Amino acid sequence: MLQAYFDFIRIRFLTMLAYRLNYYTGILIYSLNIGVNYFTWKAIYGQGESLGGFTASQMTTYVAVSWMARAFYFNNLDREISSDIRDGSIAIQFIRPYNYVLAKMMQGLGEGMFRFMLFMIPGMALAMLLFPVRLPHDPAAWAGFLVMLFFSFLINSQLNVITGLLAFFVENNEGLMRMKRVVVDLFSGLIIPISLFPGWLSAILKLLPFQAITYLPGSVFTGRVQGVGIWNVFGVQLIWFALLLIPLFWLYRAARQRLFVQGG
Amino acid sequence: MYHLGLLSEYLKNYMKTRLTYRADFWVEVISDLLFQVTNLVFIFVIFMHTNSLAGWSQNEVVFVYGFFMVPWGVFACFVNMWNFSERYIVKGEMDRILTRPAHNLFQIFLENVDPPSLIGSLIGLLIMAVSGLNLGLPFEWWTIPALILLTISATGIYMGIYTTLTALSFFSDAPTGIIPLMYNIQSYGRYPVTMYNRAIQVLLTWILPFAFVGVYPAGLFLQREEMTRMALLTPVMGAIAVSIGLFVWSRGVRRYKGAGS
Repeated sequence: MLQAYFDFIRIRFLTMLAYRLNYYTGILIYSLNIGVNYFTWKAIYGQGESLGGFTASQMTTYVAVSWMARAFYFNNLDREISSDIRDGSIAIQFIRPYNYVLAKMMQGLGEGMFRFMLFMIPGMALAMLLFPVRLPHDPAAWAGFLVMLFFSFLINSQLNVITGLLAFFVENNEGLMRMKRVVVDLFSGLIIPISLFPGWLSAILKLLPFQAITYLPGSVFTGRVQGVGIWNVFGVQLIWFALLLIPLFWLYRAARQRLFVQGG
Repeated sequence: MYHLGLLSEYLKNYMKTRLTYRADFWVEVISDLLFQVTNLVFIFVIFMHTNSLAGWSQNEVVFVYGFFMVPWGVFACFVNMWNFSERYIVKGEMDRILTRPAHNLFQIFLENVDPPSLIGSLIGLLIMAVSGLNLGLPFEWWTIPALILLTISATGIYMGIYTTLTALSFFSDAPTGIIPLMYNIQSYGRYPVTMYNRAIQVLLTWILPFAFVGVYPAGLFLQREEMTRMALLTPVMGAIAVSIGLFVWSRGVRRYKGAGS
């Protein structure tokens, strides 16, 4: 049985590999996004020393690492699930002897592994050539970051699966998916680190799962969070991973009972 | 007249298809606006930590963003060619277009009209009005005509660039992914260009003239002396971009060979 899930990872990885050319422009796009943010922050810092606990050089690294982390954890599971629902092929997948959601997560993982190796690592190399990015020397920061990055992927995929499964209830969830993408980019700290938001807003954001996707791993990697602090922020990620399983299972059960096929 | 008639027919058709998923229509409008709000939030948060961005105040940067939204909304409404290659070339829909009497590019524009985008333009005007009032900008007799002219010119720049890039899919078989790239570069144009390094400034002014869809024309209303000359160049750049776009497009269409079944 386990073998089947491994095959989901493997097949998705190979499929992505077949279309790897598309990802070279992706690397350029992400470098450009880093560029916009880099120049904007440079203009903001001017002669200033530190903003929201970030020095100018930490901010450059944070921006680069956050975008490259996104290059890894990003996937379109929400779109895949909602199109499975809309064209009715989900009915077939439900009666197959595997768990649909788990299979999707595995496919997402296959995609993530591809993105890690052929998108994130070369992208990071390019970003380091173009911008003054400083990587940490502390092995603990590296280890912490890599583990947390994996949990960023898990939490982001959980949110994607939840958004996708909502297509059972709202029929056409195109707008919902776009909304989710914007909310995740803004509130995860990708565009603005959470400590720079006004106090009341960052207080709210600290109670939401999005910070666990970008802000917390980025903070570890730039060295803002060190030592015991790493365990604390990792704990936050673990808690959100566990909490998000609840709506996921609930939606999955409700969806199986509600299934009605619109087309096909 | 014939083309105007077609436009209204297509709009009617559009309304019919959209009204089937009524709730979704509003979710889409809101999600579009939310995206714009993200950018505004970014500006507001930045100015909580600094007083000026390369010599521009918060109200000025917001004003530029407001202007940026206006031509973008018009462009997204009437000249949307996202997914052209998959839909028209890979699936062979271009055959259908070419057998009809109206101009082929015009038909493609019509089939993809997206009126909700115009709501973004309205919000852009509102943002310009509010930040303009905060700045105490004078309202001259030429403000409205200039706004219309610059909006049309900026839309022309978008249209020229995206038509050219879309036409490339006639020449190459593989999807290039160059259009998503452009969507990212254009966001450079909505901030004061002076904050970038020289190479990017030249790129945004003369090669991919995205500075002309945001910061330069807005500079005219903001009475930025250093940008007045560039603002007045906007219609010229628009005309050049549209000509290049139409030229490359017509060359491309000639190369088209049906692909679908």
